[in-house]
Amino acid sequence: MRSNSFLFSFIAYHVLCFPFLASEKEVIDAFTSIGREGNGNERAADAIRLAGKLNVSSIQPLLESMNEANPVGDNWIRAAIGKILEGIQGKDFPSDMISGFLREKQNSGSSRKTAFELLMDHRPKKAKLFIEGFIDDPEPSLRRIAVDQILEKAYDAKEKEVAFSLFERVLEKGRDASQIKEAQQALQKAGRRVDLIKIMGFLVDWNMIGPFDNTGRQGFYKMYPPETKDNLTAWQTGKMGKVSWNQYSTSDPFGLFDINEHYGEIKEVLAYLKTDFYSAFDRKAHFRIGSKNAWKIWVNGDLLFARDEYHRGKTRIDQFIVEGELQEGKNEILLKVCQNEQTQSWTRPWEFCLRVTDPTGAPIHSFAQ
Amino acid sequence: MKIPCLPLLLTFFVCIDAHADWFGFRGNNGNGAFDECTPYEISLEGKSSWSEKLPGRGLSSPIVVGDLVFVSACSGSNQENLHLLAFNSNDGNLEWERIYKATGRTICHSKTCVAASTLASDGKVILAQFSSNDVFCLDLSGNLRWLRGLTFDYPNAANGLGMSSSPVIAQGMAIIQVENDAYSFTAGLNLRNGTTVWKKNRPRAANWTSPIVINQGGREVVVLQSKDGISAIEPNSGEQIWSFDEGASTIPSSAWSGKDILVVPSNGLTALRINQNGIRPETLWKDNKLKPGTPSPSIIDDKTYVINNANVLTCASLENGEILWRLRLKGPLSGSPVMSEKHLFVFSETGLGQIVRLGDSTGEVIRTIELDDTILCTPALTREGVFIRSDKKLWKLGP
Repeated sequence: MRSNSFLFSFIAYHVLCFPFLASEKEVIDAFTSIGREGNGNERAADAIRLAGKLNVSSIQPLLESMNEANPVGDNWIRAAIGKILEGIQGKDFPSDMISGFLREKQNSGSSRKTAFELLMDHRPKKAKLFIEGFIDDPEPSLRRIAVDQILEKAYDAKEKEVAFSLFERVLEKGRDASQIKEAQQALQKAGRRVDLIKIMGFLVDWNMIGPFDNTGRQGFYKMYPPETKDNLTAWQTGKMGKVSWNQYSTSDPFGLFDINEHYGEIKEVLAYLKTDFYSAFDRKAHFRIGSKNAWKIWVNGDLLFARDEYHRGKTRIDQFIVEGELQEGKNEILLKVCQNEQTQSWTRPWEFCLRVTDPTGAPIHSFAQ
Repeated sequence: MKIPCLPLLLTFFVCIDAHADWFGFRGNNGNGAFDECTPYEISLEGKSSWSEKLPGRGLSSPIVVGDLVFVSACSGSNQENLHLLAFNSNDGNLEWERIYKATGRTICHSKTCVAASTLASDGKVILAQFSSNDVFCLDLSGNLRWLRGLTFDYPNAANGLGMSSSPVIAQGMAIIQVENDAYSFTAGLNLRNGTTVWKKNRPRAANWTSPIVINQGGREVVVLQSKDGISAIEPNSGEQIWSFDEGASTIPSSAWSGKDILVVPSNGLTALRINQNGIRPETLWKDNKLKPGTPSPSIIDDKTYVINNANVLTCASLENGEILWRLRLKGPLSGSPVMSEKHLFVFSETGLGQIVRLGDSTGEVIRTIELDDTILCTPALTREGVFIRSDKKLWKLGP
C-alpha cells in the first residue's frame, strides 16, 4: 500500500506540475535568449502567453533569470511577473521572498531594482525600510534613492553645519551626476569650495593635435595619422598648416575641455586628444563622455564607440556611457572630436568632458594623476 | 438559419457605430478630422467631463478604442520608466497600467520627453513607441504581445534632442520610423510577434515627423516624410512606390484628404494629387504663405487648415490652395488642430483650449477652456467629447 501510495503521489505530482514547470522553463528560456534585432521575439511572443499559467512560485526564478537576460529580456520578464501578480490576492504577495532577493547583492542591479519596485507597489512600508541601506549599493539606481533621502534631510536641516555635512555625504556617496551637482551647488552657495574634478574623476590633462580637416563632415570617417599610428613626422599638415601634439589642461569644475580656446572658433575641423590612464589592475570600466560634437573613442587602440551627431542639445556630464576595459598599468585613451559647418551661435561649442568610472558609477582615478 | 443571425448582425453594426474610435496621431486618417460629430459646447464642468492624474509627462496624444482611452507617459529621474495606461472613457477609471524600462537613450531637450510619440491601434492591439526607441504591442486588456528595443539593437539610433515619430499600422505591419543624424532607418515589424520583416536605411537627419497611411489603388500605402521629401512605400516590404523629392519639413507631418490629395509641408505647403494607378503624384499647387509652424496641417472636407509660427490659423482650398481666411489664435502652439464637422479644436502650450467655428469665409473662436497646465499634444475627438493630456493630467471635456 505504501509503495502504491508513493507511486500515485509521484505520478500525480508530475502530471500536475510538469506542464507548469515546462511553462516556467519555456518562459525563462525564451526571455533569457532574446537577442538583438528581434532575434528570439517569435519564441518570446509565444512564451508571454504562458506567463498567465504560472503562479507566484515562479516569481523568484523569473527574478533570478534577470541576472542572465539583457535589458530587453528584462522587460519581457517584468511583463511576466506583472501577469502573475495580476492573478493573485494581495495577501499572497511573496514579500519575504522578494525582500530576501533584494538583500542578495550578487543578484544583478536590474533584478534587484525590479524586486524593490515590486515591494514599493505592494508593500511600501516594508520597501522603505530598505532605502537607508542602499547608500553603498552597487546598483546606481538604488543608491540614488538613498542619496535622495540624504538630500531631503539636508534641505530640511535647521542647523547649517548639519546641512553641510549631509551635502558632503552626498558628494561622497552619490554616483548620479545631477545629485552631485545639486550638493555642490548648495555648498558653493554657502561659500564652500568643492573639487568636482576630483570627486567625479574628470580627465583634465590632455595631449591634443589638430585641427584636421572635417569639410562636409567627412573627416569623421577619414583616418588621420593619430588613428593609423603613422609617424606624424611624415605627415605634418593639418587644415591650417603644420600640426603637432601639445599638452593642455582644463580647470573647468565639470572637466569641460573647450577646444575653441586653443584653436580659435573655426569650423569644419577636428582634433585628436589622448591621455595615458594608469589602472591598478585589469577591470571593467565606463567611459562617460559628454559632447555636443561628433566624436570617437579608442582605448588601447580599440574603437569603443563613434557618434556622428552635431549640436543636438547641449554637452552634458555622462551623456554617453561607453562600456570598456582597463588593463593593469598604462592605458591609452584616444578621442576624436569633430566640429561641423553650422554657423548659428548655438553651434559654436567644440568641446567635451570625460570621466572613467567603474560599472557602479564610482570614479576610477588614474594612479599616475 | 438566417433569422438567428440577424440580431447578431445588428449588434455588430450598433457596436461599430458606438465606438467612433480615434486610432492614432491626428485620428484615423492622419489628417486631424473626425468623421462624426463632436460636441463643441464642452467645458470642465460638463456632465461627462473628468480628469485623471498621470504618472508622468508626455507629449503623446490620447487615442480612443471603444470605451478605452490609451495614453503613454514617462517618469523617473532619467525618464526611464515607460508607462502605458488605459482609462475608461466614460468615467476616467484607470483600467490598467503597464510600466516598462527604457532600454535606449532617454536624454531629451527639456521641452520634450521620452513619451513623445502617440500610440496607434487597429482596434485589436495598441502599438507604442518611445523616444528611447522602445516599442511595445499590447492587446486592449493590457496583455503584452511583444516588445522591441531598437536602440538596444542599433546603439546609434538616437537623437540628442529626443525623437517623436508616432508609429502606424498598415496591412498588418507595425511601421516604426527611427530617423536621426547618426543612424536612420524605418522598419516594418510583424504585428503578431514584433520580428523585423524589413528595415530600410533612411536619410540621416533629425526627423520628428510621423508616417501616415494613405489609400492608393485600393490598398494601404505608407507615406514617409523626411528632409528629402516624401517616400511612399509598400507596408509589407518597405519598397518604394513613388517619391516626391523637393524636400519637406522635419517637424510638421503631412495630411491625407482621405480621397486623393496629400498635403505636404514642403515649399511652404504643397498639395499632391495621388494617382490611383501608383505612379508619381501630380503637384496640384504649392504656396509659401501656407508654411506650417510646429503644428501639422489638417484637412476636412475640401479645405486645409494650417497654423504658422505666429499662431495664425489659415483656411485654404484643398483644390487650388486659395487662402480663404485667416484667424490669429492665442499661442504658442505645439499641438496640431483637429476638426469635427464645422469646428476646430486646438490647445496652446499654456493649456488654453480654443474652439473655432469654421465658416466658408471666416473663422471665429467661439469658446475657450483654460486647463492651466502645459499641453504640447494633439486632442482626440469622439462623439462624447474631446480627450487631451497635459503634463499632469488626462482630461475628457464633454458637454
